[in-house]
Amino acid sequence: MTLLWILLLPLCGISLPMLTAKWSRSACALLTALPPALAFILLLSQTSAVFAGETLRFSLAWVPVLGLDVALRLDGLAYLFSLLILGIGLLIILYARFYLSAADSMPRFYTFLMFFMTAMLGIVLSNNVLQLWLFWELTSISSFLLISFWWHKSEARRGARMALTITGAGGLCLLAALLLIGRIVGSYDLDVILASADILLAHSWYPILLVLFLLGCFTKSAQFPFHFWLPNAMAAPTPVSAYLHSATMVKAGIFLMARFYPALAGSDLWIILVSLTGLATLLVGAYLALFKHDLKGLLAYSTISHLGLITLLLGMGTELAAVVAIFHIINHATFKASLFMAAGIIDHETGSRDMRKLNGLWAYMPITGTLVMIAAASMAGIPLLNGFLSKEMFLAETLDQHLLGALSWLIPLLATIAAVFSVAYSLRLIHDVFFNGEPRGLTKTPHEPPHLMRLPVEILVVLCIVIGLFPVWAVGALLQSAAGAVLGGEVPAYSLALWHGVNLPLFMSVVAISGGLLIYSYRKRLFDFQNSLPGLDALNSFELAIKTVNRYCRYFYEWLDNGSLQRYMVFLLSAVVVLAGLPLLDVSVLAGGREELPIDAVNATGAALLLISALATVIWHRKRVVALLMISVVGLMVSIAFTRFSAPDLALTQLSVEVVTVILLMLALFFLPHKTPSQSEPSRVIRDISLAGLVGIVIGSWAYAVMTRPFTSISDFFLANAKTGGGGTNVVNVILVDFRGFDTFGEIAVLGIAALGIFKLLTRIPLFKPSSDGDGRPWSRERHPLLLATVSQSLLPLALMVSVYIFFRGHNLPGGGFIAGLITSVALILQYIAHGVDWVKSRMDIEYQRVIAIGLLIALVTGVASFAFGRPFLTSWFDYFHLPILGELELASAIAFDLGVYLTVVGATLLILSSLGKMTTLHRPVHKETI
Amino acid sequence: METLLACCIGFLTACGVFLMLRGRTFPVAMGLTMLSYAVNLFLFSSGRLNLQGAAVLGMSENYADPLPQALVLTAIVIGFAMTAFLVILAIRARSDLGNDHVDGKLPDSDGRRKENGA
Repeated sequence: MTLLWILLLPLCGISLPMLTAKWSRSACALLTALPPALAFILLLSQTSAVFAGETLRFSLAWVPVLGLDVALRLDGLAYLFSLLILGIGLLIILYARFYLSAADSMPRFYTFLMFFMTAMLGIVLSNNVLQLWLFWELTSISSFLLISFWWHKSEARRGARMALTITGAGGLCLLAALLLIGRIVGSYDLDVILASADILLAHSWYPILLVLFLLGCFTKSAQFPFHFWLPNAMAAPTPVSAYLHSATMVKAGIFLMARFYPALAGSDLWIILVSLTGLATLLVGAYLALFKHDLKGLLAYSTISHLGLITLLLGMGTELAAVVAIFHIINHATFKASLFMAAGIIDHETGSRDMRKLNGLWAYMPITGTLVMIAAASMAGIPLLNGFLSKEMFLAETLDQHLLGALSWLIPLLATIAAVFSVAYSLRLIHDVFFNGEPRGLTKTPHEPPHLMRLPVEILVVLCIVIGLFPVWAVGALLQSAAGAVLGGEVPAYSLALWHGVNLPLFMSVVAISGGLLIYSYRKRLFDFQNSLPGLDALNSFELAIKTVNRYCRYFYEWLDNGSLQRYMVFLLSAVVVLAGLPLLDVSVLAGGREELPIDAVNATGAALLLISALATVIWHRKRVVALLMISVVGLMVSIAFTRFSAPDLALTQLSVEVVTVILLMLALFFLPHKTPSQSEPSRVIRDISLAGLVGIVIGSWAYAVMTRPFTSISDFFLANAKTGGGGTNVVNVILVDFRGFDTFGEIAVLGIAALGIFKLLTRIPLFKPSSDGDGRPWSRERHPLLLATVSQSLLPLALMVSVYIFFRGHNLPGGGFIAGLITSVALILQYIAHGVDWVKSRMDIEYQRVIAIGLLIALVTGVASFAFGRPFLTSWFDYFHLPILGELELASAIAFDLGVYLTVVGATLLILSSLGKMTTLHRPVHKETI
Repeated sequence: METLLACCIGFLTACGVFLMLRGRTFPVAMGLTMLSYAVNLFLFSSGRLNLQGAAVLGMSENYADPLPQALVLTAIVIGFAMTAFLVILAIRARSDLGNDHVDGKLPDSDGRRKENGA
C-alpha cells in the first residue's frame, strides 16, 4: 500500500498547483512540494527493507483477462531511481520558484512538472510492462509540454515537436518489443519476464524484439544517432533541462536497459549493439560539447556523452561494468543537475548563456563560481569528487573487455580520448565563464542569486564531495541493492575506494587531465578546424526530412485521390480482378464436374439476342435513346431466361420492372443530354475495354465454376415446410412473406426510403428544361395522343383486375405483392402518360408518400400482431374456411403482410415516376412540399 | 447450357463495367442496370439451372432452388429503386452543376479538370 501512495501522492499533486494559482508564488511552490515530500518520506521508510534485498510488491487486478493489472514493484533499482526522481524533483521545485519570472505561469509549470514526476515514478515502479509503457509515453508527452512551456518561442515549439517525434517513435518500437516479449513469455508481468531469460534468448524473435527494444531505449536516452533531439530540447526552461533532460527522463532508456538486463542482456547481439552505440555516443557527445557556445548546449552534449558512457558500460556484458553503470547514474545525476541549475542561475542573473559574452563572472558571483567549479571538476573526473570514482572504474572496465576481438584495445583508447574532451569542455565551462577577461555586452550587471535559489545546487555539490570522499558510507548500500536488482542477486566484489594504487586506469586519468588541459589551451585551432567543417543544423535537417516525407505523401495522395470517380472505379475494379482472379489461375478449380444441361434452339437464340443487344447498347451508348431501346431488349431476354430456368416469379418481376425502368429512363432523358459527347481518349477506351473484359472473364469464370458444382441447399427445409408451416405452395412467395419476412420488410423499407429520397431530390430543383430535343427539333405539340388515351382508359380496369388476381394467387402460384404492385404501377403510369399529370391528379388525388407509409405500417402491424399470440415477430398464421359459393378459402396473415409489400411498391414506384413526370409538364403545378 | 449462361453473365458484366467507366452520368446509370442484370443472373444461377421445375409445390418432380429466386426477386425491385435514385441524382447534379459529368466538372482540354459551375 505504501508503494501505491508513493505513486498516488504526486498524482494528487498534479492538480494542486492549479488550485493554489491565486495564492502567492511561495505558497504555490510550497504546496506543490508537499505531496512529493510526503512520497519521499514514504520511500525512505522502505529503505531498510530494500537494502535488505527485499522486493516489495503491490498488485490490484484491473483487466485480468488481458493481463492488465495495476502492479507495482520496488527493488533496489526502482528505489534508486525513485530517490533521484523525488529528491531532485523537490530541489527543482524549490529552484523553479526563483527561476520562473512573474510573467511565466507558475501553476502551469508545476502542473506539468508533477505530471512528469508521476509518469516517471510510474515507469520505475511498474511491475507490468504494458503499464510501464503507458507511463513511458506519458513522460514523452509531459516532456513535450515542458519543452514547449515558452510556446511563444519558435525554437521551443520546434524542439518540443522534434523530441516528441523521436521519443514517440521510439515508444512505439518499445511497445512492439514489449508485446513480443509478452507473447513469448506468456505474461506481461515483469517478475515473470525477468525470470524468463532462457526462453527469450532462445526464441527466434529475439533479434527483432531486441532491436525494437533498444530503439525505444536509445531514442529516449538520446543515444547516437538519435541524440540530436536533446540539444534542441534545451529550449525548455532550465529547471526542466536539469530535471528531465539530464537527471531523470533521459535516464529512462538506461533504466529500462538496466531493468531488462537479467532478461535480455545475455547475448552477443546485445553486447555489440549496446556497447558500440554507447561508445559512439560517448565520443560524439564529448567532442561536440567542446564547441558549443551556449552554456546549456555544452551541458546537453556532455549529458549525451555521459549517457553514452553508461550505455557502453551496460553493453560490456560484465557484471562489474553493470555495477559501475549504476554508480555513474548516481554521480551523473548529482553533478549534471547541479551544473544545469547553476547555468540557469547564470542565465537568470546575467541575461545570457553565451560563453563568448560571459567572462570573468568570478568577480560578481564567487559562490556560484565555486559550486560550478566543483561540479564541473566532478564531471571532468578530478580526484576527490564522485565523478572521478566512477570514471576511474569505467576506465578500468574498458581495459577488462574483449568486445572487438583483436581490436579491443581501441576501446580504452577511445574512452581516454572521450575523457580528454570531457576535461577540455569542463575546463572551458569554468574558465570561459568565470575568468578569461571581463563580461561583454551583458544586459544586466551580474550578481549572486537569492540564497534559496542556490540551495539546491549547494546540496547537490555537497553530495558530489561526500560521495567522492566517502563513497562506501554515502552510497555503498544503495549501490549494492540497485546492482543486486540489475544483476538478479549476485553482485561481484568491487571496491569503491578513492585510491587503488598506481595502475593503468590512474595513468589514463592523468592522460585525460593533461590532454584536456592541452586541448583547451590549443582550442583556437580546434575551433577553426571545426568551423571549417560544413555545419549541420539538426533541427532544420529534421524538419526538412519531415517536410519531404510529407510532400511525397501528398504527391502519392494526390495521385491516388485526384477527385476523379472513374479513376476510383478503375482501382476498385482492378482490385476485384486481382483478388477474385488470382484463385482462378489454377484452372482445375473451374470445372465442377456437374453434368451440363443441353443447349436447345430457344435458349441459343435468346442468348444470341442477349449478347447482340448488350453489345449494341455499348456500341451506341452515345446515342442514348437507341442505347435505351437496346438495353430494354437485354432486360427482356433476362426475364425470358428466368422463365426458361423455372423462375416464373422472377420473370414476372423482371418484366414489370423493365417496363417501369424504361419509362423512368425515358423521362430522365428529357432532362439529360440525348447524346454523350466523345471525350475519352483512345488510350482510355482501350484501358476501359481491357479492364471490363478482365472483370467479365473473372465473373463469368466464377459463374461457370459455381454452376458446374454439385451442391446441397438449405432450401429443402423451405420446400418441406412451405405448405405445412407457411400455408402456401409457391415456395418463393412463402419465403418472401413468411420464412424471410423480416428481410422483405427491410427491403420494402429501403424501397420506400429511396422513393422519399428521390422526392426530396426533385423538390426545388433548378430546372434545366429543354424546349427541343438534342437535334434541335421542337417537342410535339400533341401532348396526349387520342388513341393512347382511349386505349389506356379501357385497359385500366383490366390491368387492375389482373394485378388483384396476381396478388391473391401469389401465395400458391407465381405472383404476389411485388409483382402485383408493379403491374398496378404500370397501369397507373400509363394513365399519366396518356393524359398527363393534371388529368390524373384531378381524378385520383393520392399522396404516394402516404401509400408507402400505410404499406410499411401494415407490414409492421402484421409482424407485431404475432406478439399478441406470444409468438416472435412475423410469425404467420393461416387457416382454411369453407364458404358457400366460393368454396374452400385460405386466410393467412401472410396475405396482410403481402398487402403491405404491394402498397409500398405501388407507392414508391408512382412517387418516383410521378414526381419526375410532373417536372416535364409545361404547366407545372406549384410544387408544395408535403413532407 | 451452363457454359453459355456463364458467357452471357461475363459478357453482361463486361458491358456493364465498360459503361460504368464512362464519364457521363447516363451511360453510368445504364451500366449499372446492365451490371445488375449480370449480378441477378449470377445469384440466380448459384441455385443451379433447372428446366421445368418451378418451385411451386405439386407442379413438378424436381424443384428449382427457391431461395436464390426469393433473394433475386427483392434484388430486382431494390435494383430498380437504386437505378431510379441514381438517375434522379444525375438530373439534380446536372441542374445544380450545369453538366452531366460524373465528377461534376468537365475535364479540361489539356487534361486538367476545372470548375464548371452552373
